[in-house]
Amino acid sequence: MNTNPQSFGYAQDGSTIRNPQSFEPVLTRNIHRPDSEKIATYLAHGGYAAVKLALTKTADELIDMVKRSGLRGRGGAGFPAGVKWGFIPKDAAQKFVAVNTDEGEPGTFKDREIVERDPHQVIEGVIIAAYAVGASRAYVYIRGEFFLGVKRWIKAIADAYEHGFLGENILGTGFNLDMSVHRGAGAYICGEETAMLESLEGKRGNPRLKPPYPAQIGLFGLPTLVHNIETLACIPHIILRGPEWFAGIGTAESRGPKIFSVSGHVNRPGNYELPLGITLREIIYEHSGGIRGGRELKAVIPGGASTPMLTADQIDVPMAYETLKAAGSELGTGAIVVLDETTCMVETARRLTKFFAHETCGRCTPCRIGSQRLYETLDRIERGQGTMDDIDRALELADGIDGITFCPMGAMLVNPARSAINHFRAEFEYHIQNKRCSVKI
Amino acid sequence: MLLAALYIAQEQYGWLSPEAIRRVADRLNLTEGQVRSTASFYTLFELEPQGKYRIQVCEGLSCYLVGGAEPMIDFIVKRLKIKPGETTPDGKITLEVVQCLAACDLAPAIKVNDELYGQMTPEKIDALLKELTQLPNVERGG
Repeated sequence: MNTNPQSFGYAQDGSTIRNPQSFEPVLTRNIHRPDSEKIATYLAHGGYAAVKLALTKTADELIDMVKRSGLRGRGGAGFPAGVKWGFIPKDAAQKFVAVNTDEGEPGTFKDREIVERDPHQVIEGVIIAAYAVGASRAYVYIRGEFFLGVKRWIKAIADAYEHGFLGENILGTGFNLDMSVHRGAGAYICGEETAMLESLEGKRGNPRLKPPYPAQIGLFGLPTLVHNIETLACIPHIILRGPEWFAGIGTAESRGPKIFSVSGHVNRPGNYELPLGITLREIIYEHSGGIRGGRELKAVIPGGASTPMLTADQIDVPMAYETLKAAGSELGTGAIVVLDETTCMVETARRLTKFFAHETCGRCTPCRIGSQRLYETLDRIERGQGTMDDIDRALELADGIDGITFCPMGAMLVNPARSAINHFRAEFEYHIQNKRCSVKI
Repeated sequence: MLLAALYIAQEQYGWLSPEAIRRVADRLNLTEGQVRSTASFYTLFELEPQGKYRIQVCEGLSCYLVGGAEPMIDFIVKRLKIKPGETTPDGKITLEVVQCLAACDLAPAIKVNDELYGQMTPEKIDALLKELTQLPNVERGG
């Protein structure tokens, strides 16, 4: 780890963390305060200063700041946020911002914490984004199960209107923005941006074909900027502290702070805001208190259920988009599920695949039927009724689903099964030959 | 706006009965088929009558890893003498098995209606079930 202050700036080596000594959490700085969800608390700690500053700048200046910050989408795909802002057509008469808080990726619980405990930070980010792209209306889509979050957002939006941060002629600048909250109703696929737009329109959450991207044809056919809630939470800090501050955290291709949700066999599960580029080892052993019961680590899912798992010998990988890709996985949502030596990998793959088989929207065959067949194959092996052919059958099914589905869900749903078999094939064989597990939970 | 209307109807009727679907369709100028199509896509919309209290047990990976999922489900099944998807004969409690509740830090997690309960143990579930069975079996408003 490079802690030399001289190295501040763009690192040559993608795996070098810059300024880790001076790292200070910003996205989660409010969440532990009493009444953190209230506007009075937010205002007492410098809230809405970023909006006041941003509204003195031009749209182009703001887009340029976000581009220079290097911020990439935190919902899983990692698309550069500033570039997305630049895609929104300037001449369209009406434009929207849609906020994605349909957090459903197993292992991920960062959005729940922000949504419930610090709505105003996000509202501030939405106002700035809407002003920069010229949107007049913002739709906040919150996962149906987050009932407390929905209630707090209704109150937070009403308070923001009352303080003149929403509505007509915001802070006397002539900028108008309306915002409303919409409750999802339990569908993982609605976390996919075009499925979320369909759901906002009151339809089944079937993803749309892309292109056209939502920036061109989005909600109700109009240009729409869609962002994950954590991405928007970064915006006020980029405006106040400057894009260079943000870009000074992280690795060459992964800038800024990131909330990592850690769960599974660790002593202290929870959300940890840390610089991108921190190693998986440091997150597990220093921040999350290490493995429960002093057991040995077996595998880690680094970015949510849909990202390929890594083995214990891979945990020195920096948590960054490019480094995890090189290690054969993805940063995804940054949700880390830690599996110790007592974990059955067949059962892990079976359980995760069951989730995807349950959550497929059912529109295209490889995903609808493929996920079910893959689950049945793994279930057979887990119950001791599998044959040796089943292992290759599972891999063949995975190859048959990956890359040929309507939306990215196909490529994602095969990851638990494929990575578990590739890393722990002997365990699958043991299950088939001995009709039981080689580990005990 | 259809999802919001379905939530309101479900709150009034306790589930999305054919009458509830018909009323939503009339109000929003949609066909009953359109409303039912959307409603049936989402797991939080119930097309069958439900108990007053819906216990949702997470069977996600993070809950399973720390002793949740099946042991919790089996415990409730034994106590209430109903299977997942069923409602107690008095129409009070429905047991459901659900996917990740985004509460992996609080695993094992369960929900009762809109309330989240974390770090569950058989003892805590036992206390919760006792509390639920003592609560009045009130009718929903509307």
